[in-house]
Amino acid sequence: MSVQMWTYIFVLLSFSLYIGIAVWSRAGSTKEFYVAGGGVHPIANGMATAADWMSAASFISMTGLISFLGRDGTFYLMGWTGGYVLLALLLAPYLRKFGKFTVPDFIGDRYYSQTARLLAVFCAIVISFIYVCGQMQGAGIVFSRFLEVDITTGVIIGMAIVFFYAVLGGMKGITYTQVAQYCVLIFAFMVPAIFISIMMTGHVIPQIGFGSELIDGSGYLLDRLDGLSQELGFATYTEGQRSTQDVFFITAALMFGTAGLPHVIIRFFTVPNVRDARRSAGYAMIFIAILYTTAPTVAAFARTNLINSVSNAEYSTMPDWFGKWETTNLISFDDKNNDGRIQYLGDAERNELTVSADIMVMANPEISGLPNWVIALVTAGALAAALSTAAGLLLVISTSVAHDMLKRTFMPSITEQQELLSARISIFVAVLIAGYVGMNPPAYVAQVVAFAFGLAAASFFPAIVLGIFHKKMNKQGATSGMAAGFIFTASYIIYFKLINPEASTADNWLFGISPEGIGTLGTIINVSFACTIAKFTSAPPDDVQKLVENIRLPGET
Amino acid sequence: MPNTSADSFWKANIRLVLSLLSIWFFISFVCGILLVDFLDNFRFGGFKLGFWIAQQGSILTFIALILIYIRSMDKLDSQYKHATSNDGQDSEEAPR
Repeated sequence: MSVQMWTYIFVLLSFSLYIGIAVWSRAGSTKEFYVAGGGVHPIANGMATAADWMSAASFISMTGLISFLGRDGTFYLMGWTGGYVLLALLLAPYLRKFGKFTVPDFIGDRYYSQTARLLAVFCAIVISFIYVCGQMQGAGIVFSRFLEVDITTGVIIGMAIVFFYAVLGGMKGITYTQVAQYCVLIFAFMVPAIFISIMMTGHVIPQIGFGSELIDGSGYLLDRLDGLSQELGFATYTEGQRSTQDVFFITAALMFGTAGLPHVIIRFFTVPNVRDARRSAGYAMIFIAILYTTAPTVAAFARTNLINSVSNAEYSTMPDWFGKWETTNLISFDDKNNDGRIQYLGDAERNELTVSADIMVMANPEISGLPNWVIALVTAGALAAALSTAAGLLLVISTSVAHDMLKRTFMPSITEQQELLSARISIFVAVLIAGYVGMNPPAYVAQVVAFAFGLAAASFFPAIVLGIFHKKMNKQGATSGMAAGFIFTASYIIYFKLINPEASTADNWLFGISPEGIGTLGTIINVSFACTIAKFTSAPPDDVQKLVENIRLPGET
Repeated sequence: MPNTSADSFWKANIRLVLSLLSIWFFISFVCGILLVDFLDNFRFGGFKLGFWIAQQGSILTFIALILIYIRSMDKLDSQYKHATSNDGQDSEEAPR
């Protein structure tokens, strides 16, 4: 059967599964819509968190980026997993004990201020919206390449599916579809990885194959890759190129950002109690680690494979996949010395091959000559990754509007049915806008998502941690800290990414920190502002201090 | 005296979190980033040690840290509950 047929089968099967789950898990109350009724099993929540978390960027782009960055790619791996330690130890259990629906709920109640609540709503919407556009774009790209429809049609199909189960089921529908999507995406990621590991090293477990000798007798995989890279003039794979302080700051920004992303935090409101919140953080970490420890192995396998199959090979004898990816412009070949062979070199003057990072996961099964059904599976996995994250983000946007803005701030008198209706309407509007942006993308996926992490790191993460661990933190401190962190980080990123991208070099950066890592400095600015101002203004009222004491203690289970 | 047991619970909690976070910092930032070139002088199998910690070992450590936290907190919780079982007014409110 052709790849195309298999792709249709897998995509149709997985989509009918998602829709089936959505119909089964319709939400009847705001509590079901916002936090799935608070009765999700920690294992289910762990899977849902993992799917929520692992986006199109993790599934499609990250492996490819590591493949080209070598050891520098580590900041994605550690940054996007290390944040879960912070989440599990500093946030999840306390926020569950607090026991409301949203992050602005916590900020607004803890800092007894509608200004703080609205500032949190603003941050949550901006962060989630930036992130969701990247997902829609990712889904559009996958659809257009594998189902051979155009990007617009692809985005519309994606929108329709997400819309269907998010509007119908709210958090409840999203949670259980995310459980299914986790299974699909992890299977789709692992199967090709295992195949390639067996083919190249003879080991079933890619994490072991990663440190083993190649089956063709050319020594250890990583040594061979280092050797190939040096021969062709690329940077040595297992050595770093970026400055240590930049890698340090980027890693920290991604960690703080991970722990401050509202769509991840709200997942911990859905479990029955504090104990389960801790447990589900543990499960989430394990489920995520399966992909994150495999990704660097695939990166090394794919890179070695790519070099072996293209370097100095005759262009006319290249297999089918080469031509197929050439038509999408993700691979391009320019025969500069007219010898009919592909020179793939580190030296830009003589290099004849340009490969986009995005295809390393998508094309890897084809490059390695894996069966058609494995190639098709990757499409279903990529779609699961994009849609599950998009749904989680849309829910944050809708709860921020319906719950935090309407119910808790401007229209406290609306009934539950009206609140539910406005939550559904705001998801609908958010899907439409995200779809529009997905069809007319501003920048490319990974760059857009970098914004979201920096902003979450500089706004929510410190405000929540201080709210729990610093009892005397007051509204003046927290509000000005959030505002300062957000404005500083946003201006730095906007300046270097949008206004003056040419100036974005290490010489011009503040302390040599790239825009990806600036969120760490934003966090520090937030904390220093908050603590200084809190010192010189009045302590929070007694009932707020009582609230803090209460969330610190274990609750009855 | 529920207040003193609440205090000692919180202190124990802080101690636990701080010690786990110092391991978190040491493995990821110190070993995985600051000392990575030095650790690369040591090898096991096909891995340089620094590279392996950065791309594999740190993630496995994160799992271990969270699992230890879950266990220790369960223990702390039950100690606290035992100490306060006499006044029994500590009930968790369901979200509204």
